[in-house]
Amino acid sequence: MNTFMGYERPNGDVGIRNHLLIIPTVICSNQVCNRIMQMVPGTISIPHQHGCSQIGADKERTFEVLAGTGRNPNVGGVIIISLGCEVVDPAALAEAIKLTGKPVEVFDIQSIGGSVKAITHGAELARKMLSELAKQDKVAIPMEKLKVAVKCGGSDATSGLASNPALGQAANSVISQGGTIVIGETTEIIGAEHILAERCADSQTEEKLYSIVDRFEKEVERMGADMRGGNPSPGNIAGGLSTIEEKSLGCISKCGTAPIKGVIEYAETIPEGGLYFMDSPGNDIECVSGMAAGGVHIVCFTTGRGTPTGAAVVPVIKITGNGRTFEKMEDNMDVDVSGMLDGSLSLELAGERIWQEITDVADGKWTKAEVLGHQEFSINRIGPSL
Amino acid sequence: MSHEVELGADALVMDERDHVATALRDIEAGAVVQYRVGGIFQQVKLLDDVPFGHKFAISAIESGQNVRKYGETIGRSTLFIEAGRHVHVHNIEGIRGRGDTAGRKTTE
Repeated sequence: MNTFMGYERPNGDVGIRNHLLIIPTVICSNQVCNRIMQMVPGTISIPHQHGCSQIGADKERTFEVLAGTGRNPNVGGVIIISLGCEVVDPAALAEAIKLTGKPVEVFDIQSIGGSVKAITHGAELARKMLSELAKQDKVAIPMEKLKVAVKCGGSDATSGLASNPALGQAANSVISQGGTIVIGETTEIIGAEHILAERCADSQTEEKLYSIVDRFEKEVERMGADMRGGNPSPGNIAGGLSTIEEKSLGCISKCGTAPIKGVIEYAETIPEGGLYFMDSPGNDIECVSGMAAGGVHIVCFTTGRGTPTGAAVVPVIKITGNGRTFEKMEDNMDVDVSGMLDGSLSLELAGERIWQEITDVADGKWTKAEVLGHQEFSINRIGPSL
Repeated sequence: MSHEVELGADALVMDERDHVATALRDIEAGAVVQYRVGGIFQQVKLLDDVPFGHKFAISAIESGQNVRKYGETIGRSTLFIEAGRHVHVHNIEGIRGRGDTAGRKTTE
């Protein structure tokens, strides 16, 4: 049986990292959280712009992303820092994360008496919790537990010709081991949804896939604008992609060839085993943050133009099919499959190279984004600020 | 779809039904470019410079015609495009996600 070395959580989840996460419930707590992260190396703070002046589904979405990030199996413990008057309920957030059985601490800046006291108190908590986390040993975990997201960003023509098909091969390997793949970016299947729809496991999933694409496209119509220029972006266009349809048709190969078992909501917990589609924007950081909140261990991220982005609680493996980008941005790129475009690397070998990187990273190898401290985090909004 | 590229190829055609090939290096106007369609080598003389990753027409494309890559529709031509011309945002447009022309959307 293939295994990787990971951390067992009290609820049976397994993690490939053992992060201590500091969550601000609201933008007003960002600075306190960031200061604690600076004082206690090894902690991760996720500053964001939200948590106040939000209502309804938009407020719920912010809550779900924060809760999901705390529940992510790569997180070993959580400190929640509230201001004391925001709409995201810190006690409810703590309860939602405590369901996993991991340690969660929560306090607010107004009660404790300002930034200095909050930073002091938070740093003390972080120090104690981190030394507890450090005691946990890794154990052998079957590969079928692994959940991997596939994503592309900063695409150019090489994404559709090389890196996405290669990632699709690796996605097939993950699924053949009993593992889970999630693909998202609803905007970036526009023009290619009929191909994915044919692969949906049942008619309900197929209908849902069409309906989420329709919803996005109607939003674009409501804006009265051509998608082109926003998506494909100026960089996509410079890289040779002419339309959203062309970009989409190049995008979809990254999830491999398995049937799509379900379409899930943004940040919803991803079921175990097989391929799922998460309704999410193409925006890199919002999409990856939603997938991390859904419980993925690793994100495999193809890029032709080159992007440094990482993610707060999950390693991001950067894969490029553009040899010039690999040379110019080697400190950001993990896997080079550009040989596919000069005939020196087969599709099968390229897929194996990515699969090997996935297993190494699951076993503890740091990605380039981790080494460089990339911890991007962003929450998708669906409502106005009040 | 073919993702296999032979050593030294200039351009890649993804599907036998495609109107376009993708350049695998920067190629100058006037160059005669070789590519493979379904195992058969073909060639076209480029009428424009085509940068790495960009497309050129391998057959003539009428104005207003759906343009295929990956064997699928990637958009519609806005001009008559001769074989060998650079194919990009100056002569093809997206059909989908067009809030600016809402009402004449098709999903073919």
